[in-house]
Amino acid sequence: MQAKTRIATVSLSGCFGCHMSLLDIDDRILKLAELVEFDRSPINDFKDFQSRCAVGIVEGGCCNEDNVEVLESFRKNCDVLISVGECAITGGINSMRNNIPLKECLDEAYLKSPGVYNPLNKIPNDPEIPLLLNRVYPCHEVVKIDYFIPGCPPQADALWDVLVALLSGKAPVIAYKNHKYD
Amino acid sequence: MKQGTAHITANICNKFGNDRTRLMDIAIAVQERFGCVSHEAMEEIARAVGTQRVEVESLVTFYSFLSVKPQGKVVIRLCSDIVDWMKGYSEVAEAMARELGITMGETTPDGAITLTDTPCIGMSDQAPAALVNSVVVTHLTPERGRQLVRDLRRHLDPQQLVTMVGNGNNEHPLVRSMVRNNIRMRGPVHFAPFEPGKALLKAFELAPSDVISEIKESKLRGRGGAGFPTALKWELAANTPGEKRYVICNADEGEPGTFKDRVLLTECAEQLLEGMTIAGYAVGSDTGIIYLRAEYRYLMPYLQSKIEGRLKQGFLGRGILGKKGFNFDIRIQLGAGAYICGEETALISSCEGLRGDPKNRPPFPPQEGYLKRPTIVNNVETLCCVSRILLEGAKWFASIGSANTTGTKVLSISGDCRKPGVYEVPFGITTRELIELSEAENVGSLLIGGPCRQMIGQVRLDGQICYDDLATGGAIIIFNGARNKLEIAEHYLDFFIDESCGHCTPCRVGLTLLKNLVHKVISGTGEPADLDRMRDLSNFIINMSRCGLGQAAPNPVLGALEIFGDASGGFVAERKPGLLPEFDLSKAVIDAELRVGRQSKYV
Ligand SMILES: Cc1cc2nc3c(=O)[nH]c(=O)nc-3n(C[C@H](O)[C@H](O)[C@H](O)COP(=O)(O)O)c2cc1C
Ligand code: SF4
Ligand code: SF4
Ligand code: FES
Repeated sequence: MQAKTRIATVSLSGCFGCHMSLLDIDDRILKLAELVEFDRSPINDFKDFQSRCAVGIVEGGCCNEDNVEVLESFRKNCDVLISVGECAITGGINSMRNNIPLKECLDEAYLKSPGVYNPLNKIPNDPEIPLLLNRVYPCHEVVKIDYFIPGCPPQADALWDVLVALLSGKAPVIAYKNHKYD
Repeated sequence: MKQGTAHITANICNKFGNDRTRLMDIAIAVQERFGCVSHEAMEEIARAVGTQRVEVESLVTFYSFLSVKPQGKVVIRLCSDIVDWMKGYSEVAEAMARELGITMGETTPDGAITLTDTPCIGMSDQAPAALVNSVVVTHLTPERGRQLVRDLRRHLDPQQLVTMVGNGNNEHPLVRSMVRNNIRMRGPVHFAPFEPGKALLKAFELAPSDVISEIKESKLRGRGGAGFPTALKWELAANTPGEKRYVICNADEGEPGTFKDRVLLTECAEQLLEGMTIAGYAVGSDTGIIYLRAEYRYLMPYLQSKIEGRLKQGFLGRGILGKKGFNFDIRIQLGAGAYICGEETALISSCEGLRGDPKNRPPFPPQEGYLKRPTIVNNVETLCCVSRILLEGAKWFASIGSANTTGTKVLSISGDCRKPGVYEVPFGITTRELIELSEAENVGSLLIGGPCRQMIGQVRLDGQICYDDLATGGAIIIFNGARNKLEIAEHYLDFFIDESCGHCTPCRVGLTLLKNLVHKVISGTGEPADLDRMRDLSNFIINMSRCGLGQAAPNPVLGALEIFGDASGGFVAERKPGLLPEFDLSKAVIDAELRVGRQSKYV
């Protein structure tokens, strides 16, 4: 039997809505399982790459140093990288902080907001908590991205059509009705 | 004090009849009086002319010569455009900033002097140049820049900086400017002797519609760049019913590297005013407006005196030269530093006292223009041609130039050449001939300016200046082989990004994206796919923008890529997969490292 195409997915700074939309392809998920083997992905909870992948699907932008590290490993381990959804493409909701200096954001969140209990008056410094970037970066400003699927989240049909096209070696096209929102 | 501001502002509004459509003049007068148009002043203006404060604010914040925050008593605007940049802008800017103890864009702590930069002020043949309030200083060097600052500190009087006046009418007591005309080639249309009134009498021998026929026969096309047949425009306006029509002369000359209208305004004012009057007669208009760019304000008193002179001689006013029922008067509308106002519909917006936003077309201005009335907008040079055509005849005019492009063109040549200046040449002349005339050596590329601006290289040196080949509004900038063409393109993009009115996303956002791509390639981190992306994005911006600015802004980029041809592959390389070279993690985490107190484990 021919080896199945390997796919990896990740949610960087996103809300998992894009992954939910991927599940929204309904029973086509069975067909997808026939076509591909999931590698690193929240769908199977693999935390590391098992082997090189043909396609990497990225949800969410880069808010912190870990996001950058993960995105870099996606770029190195996937032939084709797709930015999926508003957060990956523009930074999304998270990037609303981009006009406020990071120091002000941190101080507001951990020191000044009403209801904050922080007797040491320090910004949390646990190595488990990744350092935030000075601003939120869309993925294509950090690594090279090959395709973009817009939407918040993109419609299941858009995700499906692009994946099927790529898997069958065709140029992906998103039908107008699948990215028209009003 | 507050009372004073309101009172004086109210008086200024009153002087302009509290007329909402004269908001430009009001704002300019207030700016001049107080060094800014403050929030109090805006409130007062809005009250006086019967509009909302935000309407006034939207105008004030649009134009670069108006400001909400106070500026120095003296504002030095150093031209930072492409030619000045080649002629030593950076050194002059640094010397002046250092002498003043401030950086570009700042005002000295005592509120005396502001130093800022500005796009082309129409002095590219005598660059580096600057405006000091409305006084022009040319041929700057770091030493002269320092001296200028020292002198200003002493007397704060820009006019005293003019120790040597230029030639021609620059010596006129109402001009007294150090600007030089640099007319290197005098042609028969603009620089032959002109006797005021004669062309007008010739026009009066004809019926208005026959004047238009004469212009049609001459095949005159607009000299502002787009080359629209002048007679067609006039016919449309004349045939559109309306109780009032307008003739507007476009003297905004904002295209970087263009300065020929400045010379025509200085030396051919009578010919221009007469051309406007003839246009008024032909289309049935009694009002002309000259839209004069703020940078040429130093010519305003002189032009105003010419208008008054013509009124006295009976060439303007009521019943001109005894012609019953034909009245025509001209006013000057000053601009306030916005390149987009050269675009005719934006220019009309500005004359109406609005932000300089282009309007949707159709309706075209001859159908519905200034104050919604039929309006013709013509370039300074076009209107000067009109006078000469009436004098010498359409056949004479059509016998000059090339088959489809008749007459002469006044070119502004600058850049890497020994003889920058103004050349009146017959249409059809080749770029090779221009290079010889201007004594340029080792030419790498040329920028043929105007609303269809393009960059050309060696292969097109036999191209002809005419509407079928290399069309131009008049700017020819020459670059020697050592200049980086992509850097030139990037410089232009910076200019268009600043000057975009912001209405269309492809123009407002697309140009910045394009600039980022160009910059990436220049800085050596580009990939082959970036070149295609540059082409795609350029075409997208060209096709999706509303006005000529967005429709032409990417042309220098496309031109540079075309000149490079296959060689452009040399600037880019495939990268190893990983972080993009332009993304620097250590810079991106430094703020957090400082605030949190530990180092990133990835850096
Ligand atoms: C962005 C832009 C800037 C322009 N600037 C000028 C200008 O400074 N002077 C000018 O005469 N025409 C300029 N034009 C062209 C005018 O829109 C208009 O075509 C011209 O004034 C018509 O006069 P003409 O037919 O006599 O050339 C500009 C056009 C665009 C799109
Ligand atoms: S794009 Fe929308 S759905 Fe997707 S991660 Fe961002 S917020 Fe969630
Ligand atoms: S193309 Fe640019 S300058 Fe022209 S209307 Fe659109 S945004 Fe304004
Ligand atoms: S005056 Fe500086 S480029 Fe024209």
